Amino acid sequence: MSILRGKWSAISVPLLSVALGLFVGGIIMLVSGYNPFVAYAALFNGIFSNTYVLGETIRQMTPLILSGLAVAFAFRTGLFNIGVEGQLLVGWLASVYVGLQFEGLSPFVHIPLAILAAGVAGAIWAFVPGLLKAKYHVHEVITTIMMNYVALHVVNAIIRTYLLAPGERTEEIHQSASLQSAFLESITDFSRLHYGIVFAIIGAIIMWFLLWKTSTGYELRAVGFNKYASEYAGINVRRNIILSMVVSGAFAGAAGAMEGLGTYGYMTVMPDFTGVGFDGIAVSLLGANSALGVVLAAALFGGLKIGALNMQSVAQVPTQLVEIVIAMIIFFVASSYLIHWISNRVNKRGKI
Amino acid sequence: MEYVIEMKNIRKEFPGIVANDNITLQLQKGEIHALLGENGAGKSTLMNVLFGLYQPEKGEIYVRGNKVNITDPNIANELGIGMVHQHFMLVEKFSVTENIILGNEPTKKGQVNLKEAEKEVEAISKQYGLAVDPTAKIEDISVGMQQRVEILKTLYRGADILIFDEPTAVLTPQEIKELIVIMKKLISEGKSIILITHKLKEIMEVCDRCTVIRRGVGIGTVDVSETNPDDLASMMVGREVNFSVEKQPSDPKGNILEVQSLVVEDSRHVPAVNGLNISVKSGEIVGIAGVDGNGQSELIEAITGLRKTKSGNVMLKGKDITNWKPRRVTESGLGHIPQDRHKHGLVLDFSIGENMVLQTYYKRPFSRNGILNFTTIVNKAKSLIKEFDVRTPSESTPARALSGGNQQKAIIAREIDRSPNLLIAAQPTRGLDVGAIEFIHSKLIEERDKGKAVLLISFELDEIMNVSDRIAVIYEGKIVAVVKPEETTEQELGLLMAGGKRKKAGETS
Ligand SMILES: Nc1ncnc2c1ncn2[C@@H]1O[C@H](COP(=O)(O)OP(=O)(O)O)[C@@H](O)[C@H]1O
Ligand SMILES: [Mg+2]
Repeated sequence: MSILRGKWSAISVPLLSVALGLFVGGIIMLVSGYNPFVAYAALFNGIFSNTYVLGETIRQMTPLILSGLAVAFAFRTGLFNIGVEGQLLVGWLASVYVGLQFEGLSPFVHIPLAILAAGVAGAIWAFVPGLLKAKYHVHEVITTIMMNYVALHVVNAIIRTYLLAPGERTEEIHQSASLQSAFLESITDFSRLHYGIVFAIIGAIIMWFLLWKTSTGYELRAVGFNKYASEYAGINVRRNIILSMVVSGAFAGAAGAMEGLGTYGYMTVMPDFTGVGFDGIAVSLLGANSALGVVLAAALFGGLKIGALNMQSVAQVPTQLVEIVIAMIIFFVASSYLIHWISNRVNKRGKI
Repeated sequence: MEYVIEMKNIRKEFPGIVANDNITLQLQKGEIHALLGENGAGKSTLMNVLFGLYQPEKGEIYVRGNKVNITDPNIANELGIGMVHQHFMLVEKFSVTENIILGNEPTKKGQVNLKEAEKEVEAISKQYGLAVDPTAKIEDISVGMQQRVEILKTLYRGADILIFDEPTAVLTPQEIKELIVIMKKLISEGKSIILITHKLKEIMEVCDRCTVIRRGVGIGTVDVSETNPDDLASMMVGREVNFSVEKQPSDPKGNILEVQSLVVEDSRHVPAVNGLNISVKSGEIVGIAGVDGNGQSELIEAITGLRKTKSGNVMLKGKDITNWKPRRVTESGLGHIPQDRHKHGLVLDFSIGENMVLQTYYKRPFSRNGILNFTTIVNKAKSLIKEFDVRTPSESTPARALSGGNQQKAIIAREIDRSPNLLIAAQPTRGLDVGAIEFIHSKLIEERDKGKAVLLISFELDEIMNVSDRIAVIYEGKIVAVVKPEETTEQELGLLMAGGKRKKAGETS
C-alpha cells in the first residue's frame, strides 16, 4: 500500500481511482438491473473495436487535452482557473471569425493564425480575473466563474448580431482555416477525426517546457508556491499572477479553436455551456496536473464518452452511467486523502 | 530504581535513513529529563515512537514496569502520556476551552457542556499555575499562551508523563522563564517530564538528568549536576565546541551602508522606523540589539526594498538605493538572510537545488535566453551543499524535508556565495543547535574578514555580544546608542533596549 504514497502516488492514485470508479459504476448497473459485464464489454468495444470509434475518441480528447492543460497550468502556478469554459467559448468564436476572413490564404498561415486568435481571445478573457487578483486580491474562483457567463452571452450576442447564418449559427469557415482532413476521415471509416490532436500534443509539450525548462516557468512556480519568498527574490509577483492566468486562458482559447476549426467548422448560438471547460478540471485532477497525465486522462475521458454511445446501443445502458463512472473516478482521486488514510490504517493494523 | 518510562534499544528507520538506532531512555518518576541532540538527531522521532505516532522497527517500551505496545496516540493517552508538539495543533477559531476538550467533550443530554468544561479547565489551570483565559480565542492569544493550552490539553486528558518537544524555541525570554516555573510546578504535583531542547542553559537550569543522541545514535545519559555545558555540547556534536566566538579585532574601512534619517511606516501606517541613522563599514559586523517590535523588521525591509520608505536615505557603497526594487538592490551588492526562513528565505516546495539559485536563476550561467541550464544549477547546488555542509540526501530533495539548521545553511550558502558587499543577517541562528550556530557565526566573521560589511539583527544578547564589532541599540525606531561589546555589559544593553539612558558620560554617538 505504500505505493500510494511518495513519488509513485501520482500514478497509483489515478489508476486505483479509475478501477474503483469502474467498480462502483458496475455496482450501480447491477442495482439498476443491467449486466455490468455486458455493459463494460460494449463500452470497451465502443472505444477500441474499429477505426471509427478510435478516430472519434481522439477527436473527443483533443479539446479535453487543451482545457485540461489550462486548468493544470494555472494550478501549478497557484491559481484556480474555473473560467476555462468561458475562455474556450471566446476562443472558439475568435477562431471561427478568423476562419471566415482572409479568403485564399495558405492553410499553413491561416490555421496557425486562427488558433493564435483563439489563444489571444482566451488570454484576454483570463487577463481580467488575473488583473483583479493581482491588483485587488479578488479571488480568481469567483471572477472566473462570472466571466463564464459573460462569455456565453457575449459570444451569443456577437453571433446573432454580426455573424448569423440560417440555423442559429455562423457560416462555415474557409477551407484554408479548417483542421478537417479527408485523409484522416478516410482512414478512420469517416469519423470526424481532424488535425487538432497535433496542436493539442504541441500544447502539452509547450506547457511542460514552459513550466520546467524556462526561467519564466521557474518564476511562475515560485510565485505559486510562496509569493513572499518570490518577492524577496525580486520576482514581480503581480506580473506573474497575471501571466499565469493569461497562459492558462490561451490554452483554453486554443481548446475552443479545436471545436471551431476542427470538429464543427462553425459556431452555433450556444444554448448552454459546452462542458468541455469544466471537464478540464477533472482531466487536470486525474492527470495530477502534469502535461503527460493530462493527455492520458483526456484519452480516458474521451474514450469513456465515445464508448458510452456503444454501451447504450448494444447493452441498452444509458450514457449517463458513464457520467456517473467519471464522477466516481473524480471522487476517488479527490479523496486520495481518504485512500491514504485507509492504507495507513491497514499498514498499522498489519504490522506490530 | 523504578522508571515510569523505559525505552530500550529503539530503532526507527525512514526510507533511506535510520532516524533512531539503538537508543535507550529511562525516565524516573518526578524528574525533568532532557533529551539533547542537534537538529535532525532524531529526538522528535524517538518521542513520536513513545507517543504512538511511529512504530519502531526494534526495541521495547515499558511504562511503569509493564511492557507495552503503543500503536496509536490513544493508547499513549490511556497510559498517561501526553505530548506538546513542536508545532502546535490547535484550532485557531476555537476558544481555549473548546480546544482543550476537543475529542473528549463532556456532554449533557448529547450537547457539549461548555460551562462545565470551562470550570474544569479553570480548576486545572489554577492547580498547575497555568494562567489562561478559558474563553479566549486561540487566534487572539500569544504563542506562549497557546503553548499553555497545549499543556492543559494533556493535563485535561489525565497525563502524568509529559513530553515537551522544543517548547522554548518559539518563546520570548520572559515566556521561557514562565515556562520553567510551570515545569517545576508540574513536577511538584507529581508529574514526570521529558524536555527536548538544544539550549544547554535551560538544561543546566531545570533538568535532573540528560540523555544525548547524535545522528540517531544514543550517546548516553548523564546527571546534570555532574556535568557542564561544554561537556554536554561535545557529547551532542561529537567534538569540542567553541562558545566564545574566535575572531581578530576588526579593521573597518570605508562606509558600505549608510542609513540617514530613515522613516518607515508599518502596515498600520504608524512610523516603525522613526528617523534612524546607522552606518556599517567594510570589514566590520554591526549588531542591532533590541526588543522585538522596535522597528527591526521594517528597517531590514526598507533596506532590501521589500517595503517603501516614508523619508530619509539608504546608501549602499555611496549609491542612493532608497526605494529600489528588491532585485536591483540585490544586484548592487546586497545579501540577505531573512528573519523568517520559511516565509521569505525558501520556496519550501522547491528542491534544494532550485532554492540555491533563487537570486540568480535568471542570469548566466544558470539560464540563457530564458532557458534554465539544469547542469550548472545542479553543479552549483552540489558544490554549495558540500562547502556549507548542508545535510540533505541530494540536491533534488525538497527544501521542506530538511531540518531547520540545514535549511538555514542552504540560505546562507546561497547569499554568501554571491559575494555581496553588504550581508544582512536577521536572526540567523534562531532555533538552531550549538554546532550550527558556531558554523554560522564563523561564516559571518569570515565574510567580515574578506572586507564585507555585515549587519546582524538578533534578539539574543549572547549572539550580539559575541559576534559584533559594534553594537547599535534600537529602541522605538531609533538607534539610541552605539557601543563596543568590550565596553558594555548585558545588563547595560538590557537597560538601553528598554529605553534607559547610558550611565557613563561621553559615550553617546
Ligand atoms: N516522517 C519522516 N519521513 C522521513 N524522514 C523523516 C521523517 N521524520 C523525520 N525524518 C528524518 O529523521 C531524522 C530525524 O528527525 P527528527 O526526529 O525530526 O530530528 P530532531 O527532532 O532531533 O531535530 C532527520 O534526518 C529527518 O529528516
Ligand atoms: Mg524535532
